[in-house]
Amino acid sequence: MAIALVLVLVVVGSVLFHFLSPWWWTPIASNWDYIDNTIIITFWITGVVFAAVVLFMAYCVFRFRHREGNQAAYKPEDKRLEWWLTIVTAIGVTAMLVPGLFVWNQFVNVPSDATEVEVVGQQWQWSFRLPGKDGKLGTSDTRNVSAENPLGVIASDPNGQDDVVVEAADLHLPVGKPVKMLLRSIDVLHDFYVPEFRAKMDMIPGSVTYFWFTPTKTGTFQVLCAELCGQGHPLMHGVVMVDTQEDYTAWLGEQQTFAQLSAPQQVGSAE
Amino acid sequence: MSVILVFLLVIVGFAGWWLSHQRLMAKPWLEQGLIGDIIGPEGSTLPTAKIGLGVFLAVVGCLFALFTSAYFMRMALSDWQALPLPRVLWFNTGVLVLSSVALQCAAVAARRGQIDTVRLGLVTAGLTALAFLIGQLVAWRELTADGYLLTANPANSFFYLITGMHGLHILGGLVGLSRTTAGAWDGARPERLRLSVELCAMYWHFLLFVWLAIFALLAGWAATFIEICRQLLT
Amino acid sequence: MVDITPADAVPPAEVAEMELYHPHSWWTKYVFSQDAKVIAIQYSATATAIGLVALVLSWLMRLQLGFPGTFDFITPEAYYQFITMHGMIMVIYLLTALFLGGFGNYLIPLMVGARDMVFPYVNMLSYWIYLLAVLVLVSSFFAPGGPTGAGWTLYPPQAIMTGTPGGQDWGIMLMLISLILFIIGFTMGGLNYVVTVLQGRTRGMTLMRLPLTVWGIFTATVMALLAFPALFVACVMMLFDRALGTSFFMPAIVEMGEQLQHGGGSPILFQHLFWFFGHPEVYIVALPAFGIVSDLISTHARKNIFGYRMMVWAIVGIGALSFVVWAHHMYVSGMHPYFGFFFATTTLIIAVPTAIKVYNWVLTLWRGDIHLTIPMLFALAFIVTFVNGGLTGLFLGNVVVDVPLSDTMFVVAHFHMVMGVAPILVIFGAIYHWYPKVTGRMLNEAMGQFHFWVTFLGAYLIFFPMHYIGLMGVPRRYNELTDMTVMTESAQHLNSFISIMALMVGFAQMVFLFNLIWSIRHGREAGGNPWRATTLEWQTPQTPPAHGNFGKELPIVYRWAYDYSVPGAKEDFIPQNMPGSFGSSRGPA
Repeated sequence: MAIALVLVLVVVGSVLFHFLSPWWWTPIASNWDYIDNTIIITFWITGVVFAAVVLFMAYCVFRFRHREGNQAAYKPEDKRLEWWLTIVTAIGVTAMLVPGLFVWNQFVNVPSDATEVEVVGQQWQWSFRLPGKDGKLGTSDTRNVSAENPLGVIASDPNGQDDVVVEAADLHLPVGKPVKMLLRSIDVLHDFYVPEFRAKMDMIPGSVTYFWFTPTKTGTFQVLCAELCGQGHPLMHGVVMVDTQEDYTAWLGEQQTFAQLSAPQQVGSAE
Repeated sequence: MSVILVFLLVIVGFAGWWLSHQRLMAKPWLEQGLIGDIIGPEGSTLPTAKIGLGVFLAVVGCLFALFTSAYFMRMALSDWQALPLPRVLWFNTGVLVLSSVALQCAAVAARRGQIDTVRLGLVTAGLTALAFLIGQLVAWRELTADGYLLTANPANSFFYLITGMHGLHILGGLVGLSRTTAGAWDGARPERLRLSVELCAMYWHFLLFVWLAIFALLAGWAATFIEICRQLLT
Repeated sequence: MVDITPADAVPPAEVAEMELYHPHSWWTKYVFSQDAKVIAIQYSATATAIGLVALVLSWLMRLQLGFPGTFDFITPEAYYQFITMHGMIMVIYLLTALFLGGFGNYLIPLMVGARDMVFPYVNMLSYWIYLLAVLVLVSSFFAPGGPTGAGWTLYPPQAIMTGTPGGQDWGIMLMLISLILFIIGFTMGGLNYVVTVLQGRTRGMTLMRLPLTVWGIFTATVMALLAFPALFVACVMMLFDRALGTSFFMPAIVEMGEQLQHGGGSPILFQHLFWFFGHPEVYIVALPAFGIVSDLISTHARKNIFGYRMMVWAIVGIGALSFVVWAHHMYVSGMHPYFGFFFATTTLIIAVPTAIKVYNWVLTLWRGDIHLTIPMLFALAFIVTFVNGGLTGLFLGNVVVDVPLSDTMFVVAHFHMVMGVAPILVIFGAIYHWYPKVTGRMLNEAMGQFHFWVTFLGAYLIFFPMHYIGLMGVPRRYNELTDMTVMTESAQHLNSFISIMALMVGFAQMVFLFNLIWSIRHGREAGGNPWRATTLEWQTPQTPPAHGNFGKELPIVYRWAYDYSVPGAKEDFIPQNMPGSFGSSRGPA
């Protein structure tokens, strides 16, 4: 008997917790409110199913609990009922899947006007590289990584010379412009994750992965690592600042290019 | 992962065929009494040990299919450099075929009750299998001597890994084979001897098949074959 | 109505005594025994013992998360070692071993009406290799550098690098060796479970007369036999990378400013292999639980399981489908993004047969005669937690929803609810249900009630709120949640609450263990069939069943496993081996 009551309380408590508790996602700061909407759809469908199943169970336990002289009904199966339930479930699943795939299609297809930004993860810090005036990132190779060339940019590639290198410092992005984040790692798996942007992707040493988004709010956001990368994993924080266009241009002007960074060393080796 | 998926598809097909003979559409609550006698005896008429070995071989097949999958996926990366196969592998292949044939003869002889032929077949099979293993070691030594070391290239790593794994399975088979051979001399009951010779033969044929597949894989024919299939499809 | 053969026309089943290995000494009877029931108890005891270690590790982790900075001895290094060992032990060495090695060994021969497993010697070897695997695992706690801290997924490259505890010490090597041993041992046992179901069934026991417990364990074993080789391959290749310096998984890497020797390998390749095992593994744990809970509900609601045929098809269907969904663990791994479309679709399709199983469980309750025994309570609790955890799986399986949620505490909450709490509740229910058969005595009811309520409510209160911490964006596998903008102060209080609940649930398990031991001597005498159940294990001449299970003659099966409350029958259950025909109106033919 107590169990029937508790089952009802579990449903009521869970629903109340969902609506009343202060623990909810961070305010979104990118274009991916589609993802949030898909989550809301999923919450509604799954919530209704959860409540329905558990409340039905509570009713059964209450109504058909054992009493002296009771006998259970004999009913091996009910084809029609089972088919109906299957169809209704399939519809519910489709209602979640279709919007999901629709949004995924947007997620994997990068708009053509997105600017590229490279993120390089290493134990346990973030570095960034922005294309210079030519708008192209130079090629890179982990084998080239050294103290002077922390990102392993290939010096012979002319596209790389004007690349802006931001080593272990904050990344700035202009608001309202789509960016394609090119993700690279020089040691282990990492995952570039800003909760407010919703999007994330693992970075794999040896290959380049990507995702894209459009920052929609100016402000300072914390970067977290979302793939276990050794003992320093929880401390691998970074900062992304979404600026207005003027602030961004000003910041960009202060940064050093790959050519500038490697210049003193080249002079030294020439002597 | 396509190789393992194709392999599993074969298993699923087999399981589906078997399940389709198990009256899964029956309504069991309507059937009281001894339906077992109505639809024939329970279980398969094959000896249990053979079914057990069959299931085990499916697992072994799965293992090698997964190695093959990994091989193809790793092969697609840029640093892959195929290695020249030592000539001795052809000899080894021949020896392993001989081993299988000898066991097949032993199995046929066991069915006919010709104990001398059984003994001869078992010993031949054991010796040729040993020769195969030695031949594989020779191949390893040749490659190392020519500088194709384990860590130099993933193609080399896979060569040693897969041939080693296959060799271990042959070695395990030799343990079973030596027990069977001992039984053939100690005068084990004929039907028992027959079963264990047949089990050995089954295992041997399977490992020969695996070896041929591996050989084709390592020689690069498997990749060529898949490429041709792909072109035919598109 | 199918024709009924009169009972006396059937000749007695042959007693295949010759095939049984009879123990001659204390050693071969209780230690190196070939009796599946003894092996089952050995498996269960070992799994429980190592599971206790994992339980203690989870307390330590929760202490660190709930009260950061309070416990100095839980260093980041130690935390990652705890998290790894906890996960690996719970999934492989406890759940897999207990469901298949423990319940499989005990129940399969009894339920299909066999005297023992078909290859008893191999079955015995299986246990001893499993024990060796556990000992190797335990030894890594005492090895230099301690156990591995790579996370239970053991992703390279970090698993074999210095930045990870045990990566360049003994930890990861021992872990891989232990897993390889486990897989070898399991394969030996698995062959037995499968072939015994295929070949060992007694006369009249068609596949459609098998209890769902056997169906669940059988299908799970087939899956395990096909899935574990993937883990085996991954482990061997990683062992080569770590010990011999190959580059299967290792790309060019600069570690702390130094170039490593490896180059060109693919970490994604490992992930494919790992999850090709890892996803079926979820169902390897879930399917036996599905099967067992069906039997618990049916027996204690005195009603046949609703839609038996659909249940069987669903088990087989889920088993087959679960081999083509593995990459849903890899949506944000950087694999080709177009795979997402395929794997999201297959993953959500698998929800349909799973949902049907849930409907059929609750529909079995409908118009039943529900005895709220402790096994039944656990079965009900299973449905609640399984539905909850299964539904959050629809979030994570839907590729784009997974993007923000992956690698957050939401994932941790999801998989603990669905493959931690839910199957373990079934294990508890099953132990309360079959303990009388194993020992001849009932478990203490009062302690059982206490155990049930604390475990069920406590576990729900741990993992339900945890989803919301994940929704806030808090990542998993962080030993410190400080200095994070997403982690609010109130959420930290919630975390402390979760930790306290975890300790309480842990305490309840101690009561349960005490009950297990106490009731062996002091429990109420159970008799042969205390739950008045139909399946064959309750019809043995002795309780606990003796060597050979069924005395002189094997039982002959005349009906399916769910003849409860048949109209017109004298009792509300008809054992499977009772001849004769009962009930005139059994529904549409």
